[in-house]
Parts: sequence; C-alpha cells; structure tokens
Amino acid sequence: MIQTCSAVDNPDSVLKPILARHGANPTRLVQILREVQERAGHVSDDAVTALAAALGIPRVRVEGVASFYSFFRRESHGAYEILLSDNITDHMQGKKELMQYLCEKLWIEPGKVSEDGLVSVWNTSDTGICDQGPAALVNGYAVPALSRNRIDLMVELMRAKKSLADWPPMLFEVRDNIRKPGVLLGQPFEPGSALETVIARGASATLKEMERSKLRGRGGAGFPTAVKWASCSRAAGKTRYVVCNADEGEPGTFKDRVLLTSYADLVFEGMTVCARVIGAAKGLVYLRGEYRYLLERLEAALEARRRANLLGSNILGEKGFDFDIEIHLGAGAYICGEESALIESLEGKRGQPRNRPPYPDTHGYLGEPTAVDNVETFACSALIAKHGGDWFAGIGTAESSGTKLLSVSGDVKRPGIYEYPFGVTVREVLRDCGAASPQAVQISGPSGSCISWKEFDRRIAFEDLPTAGAFMVFSRERDMFEVARNFSHFFAHESCGFCTPCRVGTTLLRKTMDKIHAGHGSAYDMDEMRHLSRILKTMSHCGLGHTAANPVVDTMAKFPDAYERKLKELAFEPSFDLDGALDTARRITGRDDPWAHIGEEP
Amino acid sequence: MSGNAISIDGVAVAFEPGQTIMQAAEAAGVYIPHLCHHPEFAPHGSCKLCTVKVNGRNGASCTVGAQPGMVVENNTAELNDGRRALTQMLFVEGNHFCPFCERSGNCQLQAVAYFLNMTSPHFEHFYPPREVDASHPEVLLDRNRCILCELCVRASREVDGKNVFGIAGRGIQARLVVNSHSGRLGDTGLAATDKAVQVCPVGAIIRKGTAFRVPVGKRLYDQAPISEVGTHVTGQGHGKT
Repeated sequence: MIQTCSAVDNPDSVLKPILARHGANPTRLVQILREVQERAGHVSDDAVTALAAALGIPRVRVEGVASFYSFFRRESHGAYEILLSDNITDHMQGKKELMQYLCEKLWIEPGKVSEDGLVSVWNTSDTGICDQGPAALVNGYAVPALSRNRIDLMVELMRAKKSLADWPPMLFEVRDNIRKPGVLLGQPFEPGSALETVIARGASATLKEMERSKLRGRGGAGFPTAVKWASCSRAAGKTRYVVCNADEGEPGTFKDRVLLTSYADLVFEGMTVCARVIGAAKGLVYLRGEYRYLLERLEAALEARRRANLLGSNILGEKGFDFDIEIHLGAGAYICGEESALIESLEGKRGQPRNRPPYPDTHGYLGEPTAVDNVETFACSALIAKHGGDWFAGIGTAESSGTKLLSVSGDVKRPGIYEYPFGVTVREVLRDCGAASPQAVQISGPSGSCISWKEFDRRIAFEDLPTAGAFMVFSRERDMFEVARNFSHFFAHESCGFCTPCRVGTTLLRKTMDKIHAGHGSAYDMDEMRHLSRILKTMSHCGLGHTAANPVVDTMAKFPDAYERKLKELAFEPSFDLDGALDTARRITGRDDPWAHIGEEP
Repeated sequence: MSGNAISIDGVAVAFEPGQTIMQAAEAAGVYIPHLCHHPEFAPHGSCKLCTVKVNGRNGASCTVGAQPGMVVENNTAELNDGRRALTQMLFVEGNHFCPFCERSGNCQLQAVAYFLNMTSPHFEHFYPPREVDASHPEVLLDRNRCILCELCVRASREVDGKNVFGIAGRGIQARLVVNSHSGRLGDTGLAATDKAVQVCPVGAIIRKGTAFRVPVGKRLYDQAPISEVGTHVTGQGHGKT
C-alpha cells in the first residue's frame, strides 16, 4: 500500500505485472504510468520505450502523456518527494515559511533532490485541503495541517528511512469539517434505497423526476442534468458510459473530497441511477491524483456494493440492469476537470480539450454517448430518485433548485463544508463561518469571480453568483494583488499548451504580475494586462483560457489601490530586471546581502 | 440569404454540407489568416489565428461548421488586432530571427505577420533554450522556430504512417519531440521525402542542402502577400497548392 519509492533496477519486473493487470491496453496509459511511477519512483526513458513496445503505440505518444501530467517524473525525485500545496490559502496559513523551515532542516534547495538522493521538496497546485492547510503530498499521499512540529516528525522519519506505511497515521488524517449539513449531508442514506425506487418507477419516469427537480450541474456551468441525460439516452451508440468528474482541481474547492470520503454510496448510487436512465453498463470515476489516499477505501465501497448486488449483473434482481464502476486516477492536471480533456485522459492521452461540438453526450468516452457529471450532481441525483423531483425543486430559488455545498476557507474561524439552499447571501455565509473582517471573497475559485465587501448581499445562485463550491475569504489585512498573482501562477502552470492565446497569454500575464510585484510595474503594464485578458477571453480554446484572466481583471477593477501602490510613477518601465539578472551570480556566491543587489541602499 | 451560403464580411459564400467556414472561404478565395490549418488535414484549431466572429460570437473558423445563413466577420480591425497579438505571442515564445532564417520569404509566420502589419514583437521575448537537432543526414530540426501547429505530427501519422513527431510537455513547456529512444531525429524512420518534412509552415523542419536554392527576394512571399498567394507551400515552397 503506502510505500517509499525506491529505485528499481529491472524495469521488466516493474512493468510486466502492471501491463498484465491492464491487459496491455493503450487506453489505460495514464493508469499504467501512474502505477509505474508509484512502484519505481519515476518513469525512466527505458520504461517509456518498453511501454510503447508493449502497448503497440508510438514512443512519442507515451512520452507525450508521461510529460503532460505534473505527478509523472522522468527522473528520480528522491526516495521521498514532498510537494507543498501552493494555493493562496496555503500561503495564508504559513506555507512559505514552513517550506523554508523544511528545506533548511533537510539542507536542500527547493526543486532539487538532496545529494544523497533521499528527498526533494517542491510546489504543487492546490491539493484540495484548504480548510486544514498548509497541505503537502508525500509520495502522492496527502499530509494536512503542516506545522513545525509535524515537519520535525516527518524529517525524523525520513532520516530513519521509514517506509510511509510505518509513518504515524495521524499525519495523514484529513478531516471532513462538515460545519453545516443540509438535505444532502444531514440525513442518513440507505444504500440501494434510491435504486429500489428507480426500479419500481422505471427509467423514463425517473428521467421525468429529474426534469421536475430542475437539477443543474454542480461543477459550475449549471447545465440542466436531465437535458444531458435525455440527449445521452437518445444518442446513437454501441454502448453508453457514465462518468463522474471527481477531478476537483479548482483551487479552494474540497467538497467532493468530503462527499467521496463520507458519502461515497450516495455518489455511486447517483451514478447507477444515471446508468439506469441512459442505459449505460459501465461507469468511470475520474479521481484527481491528489486524492490518491481515497482510492483503496473507494474500491472497498464499490466492492461492498457489488456484494449487496447494487452493482454488477441484474442489480437488485432486476433482469438486464447491469452496471459497474471503475476508478481512474488523475496525475496532476487541472485541465482534466474540463469534461472533454477528462475523457481524453480516461482514454490514456494528454488531457487536451477536444474541439466541440460534438459534445460528450453524443461523442464521449471512446466516441460513445457519455454522461459526464460532477460528484455533487450524482449525489443530488440519488436523492431526487429517492424523494422525487418536486421535493428537490421546492428547495432553493426559481432557477437554482436544491442545495449547494460550499468549501469555505481563508480568513474564517470555522473553515469547512457548509450546505445551503441556493439563494443564500454571501453575508450569511460569512457570518456562519466566522469571518472577522472580510474584504473579499473568491467565489468558485480563480476561474470564478472575486467580489468585494460592497457585494456581500449578492446571492449564491445561478442567476447571480454561480459557483462550483469554492468560497475563499480574505480579510482586510490581505493584499489582493498577491491573491491575483498567486492565481496567475496557477493558470500559467496549468495551461495545457494546446492553443496559442492560453499557452503564451497565461505566461505573459504571470510575468507581468511578477514584474509589478518586483516593483517594476507601471500604468503601461495595467493596460497590457487588460489587453491580454481580452485576447484570453475571446480567442482561447476552452474555459481555462477564457477565465484565466478573471482574478486579475476582477481585482484590478475592485481593488485598484492594491495595484497602484506597487506601480512606479513612470508611464513605462522596461521588463528587463537589472537586479534580477544578478540572481544567478548571487546564488553561486551564496550572497544575498545589500551589496549584492543593484538599486538598494546598503 | 438562402440555400447553402454564409456571409463573410457581407459577401455571400457558398458551401458544401460538412464544410467548415475555413473550407468554404478557401474554396471561394477568401483569405482568413491561419497557421495550423492545412486543407489536406482534419481541423485542428490550435493556433487560433483564424478566429472569426460567427453570429456575434468568436470561434475558430477551421473548426466551426458552416451553417446556412451564418453571418461571419473576418477582416475586421478588432479580429486582426487579436490575430496580430497571437502572432506576436508566437514570435516571443520561440526564437525567431528572420534575417538569417533559411525559411525567410517562404515562412507563413513571417508572411502572416506582414499581412497583419506587425511591426514589432510587442511582448517581452522569452528567449527559451530550445534544442536544434542536426542528427538526420537530410533534415534539420530547429525547435527555436517551432510554433506547435502539429502539422508534422499529423502528416507523419496520417500520411507517412510513421509517427515520427509528437508533442511533449505542458503549457509553455510544450515542445516537439521525435520518435526514438535517443530523442534524436537521425534515429527515427523519417525520410526527406516524407509529407511531414513538407508541411512545416515555418523554418523548424528544413531539408538540408536546399535552403538557399531560391534566393531571398525571389521567394513566395517576396512576390506577393500571403492573402493573395495562399499558404500551402510545399517543401521549400514554390507556389500555391
């Protein structure tokens, strides 16, 4: 189970059992690479060549996939690889200082492997543990709530070369932190109870109930679920698939983690309801790589459902009701939350969004009709199947039925999961979670919108503030420029690189934010960022590019002071940073004193 | 407008069912700037230079299917401003030095830049370290000039049946890789006559020994702008296809 990565000399002994388990099927390439990585610590050149030969695909394709996902390593990153979550909420909980502390204790430089090959420390995008950060991944396994004490313990364990399996379990304990349960989180659910109703009612009547519920997708876009399912069930195809999008990569979101930790049956039951409606025999859960630690318990939950005849053949004795679910793990790529990129990844490819139309409901996984829905959407579907559409439609607002799970983090006393009927005001949420002096809330993560204290009476609902669930609170002491700069780094890191505007534009935006941060910004750079944001919004291939400039645009409009106090008076300031050019020399000589800088008074 | 026709900048353009806006435009001799599109290959849609406004919404004309009555804006100041910015992005993310590039005058990136009145790179140069691969006896691969259009990837896969090229890395780290354990072009099955060698719109894939057969000043885009002579230069480029 939990293992320390060790260099494995003989790639054959590593690859053979993995290939055998996956039937040497190239559509399983991401899963195969993940297992190779877990077993050998990295994916070597030899492994890439051997996998290409065994799978009967070009080497460039294996190479392309192995280099696309953040968690695949082409070289060893030490027996222990520690990745610190780099979201703004982690920073607000002291990530930077703790990273420095960790690196000093280990005598290593961030991003480099220690000379004895024991350990490396680097950054990773938000790990979905914002309510108990700063968080880290140690060889892929989540460690929340880092502190000096916990780091001391981790360093001791690593120096003693203890296998991760022998580390104290409390290091890996991730809490649910459910602060306000509603109809979804607050009532016990008997596995199979929704399916019994569905079998009694029939598939088309169940679809009718879904229509009556007015359920809209919980991933943020808000597409009516019943419309998607109906289109999927009508579409021509040899077979159909149900796909659960559990790639929860949006910084600040962690409600799917809690659903999968403590309400997995509700989610799996919702998928099975969908299967009955659209006539699918196979379901896939795309679980983000950061939630690797949930894999075994989710597999166990599936096994229990199979034993209870809630999955498998003739479910609950209903002839011809055959459905089973398989879990695929992601490997560190935010873009795979985009449904067509997710499907590409499920097919063992680079996670690049497809040209659409056609959409997955008619041409999805392996080209067949596929219903892709969010974890929370499936959980809601199970309850709708059980309690009926009218019951659900009676909760929330006219255009947004039901409840919404919010992942609350940042400057609040009680971070965690809050369930509200749609229509709740931002102010109510802030009061419930104990936000002392909030100045801004980032709704739905960096790709959503940043609202200021002037807008706290706005409502969480598709008709006002749509959200996938993130609710990051920033108090008055926070520098909103730094919040936006953190998000600009995130998007530049997560752009898939397929289209020009996003590939280059997100990096240009990041560089401009860094330039302003370094004190070299001017009014010209502000205009430049407005220009870039227009290009990103109007010319990018997918939602990542369309929304990548949102944090910068929002904060420029709502918190202009945060920018202006960093700008030089000049109308233009060159990008070339004279002092920055000395950085390499400073590192070589180990100096950082005032005399080693240009432009500073010693 | 009736029947199978769309309007591009107010001019009616007929289309065959199944054609994209780009295909209809090409058939009618209407130029829409593009780099990753090639009529012999399936729509790709990555360079985004061919972005047009379709019924008021932006879309890549090489991937959007033509529908009767569509109103398409193409040659507008707003769209050309965006296209110019994209072209500038392509210039600064790589290392493009036109004065001593063998493809100068036959290069589509350069020609599109001229068409869009690009007078400077505008953005800060990234100056990325990129590998040049001269290991193949007849073909040079200079990644400094690659714009990631994937035409060589597609040509090698679909026409040559060899899969010599692929894309590795993500985001701004995306790069062209070749199909050999050593990572060298000389160790792949590439032949100088392959389609993959002929489709490169820039100077990233060059046939050795042919670079200056046509002198600078007498090359395709030295004679006329890309909007008039077209884009589909084969090999070292001697005309429209």
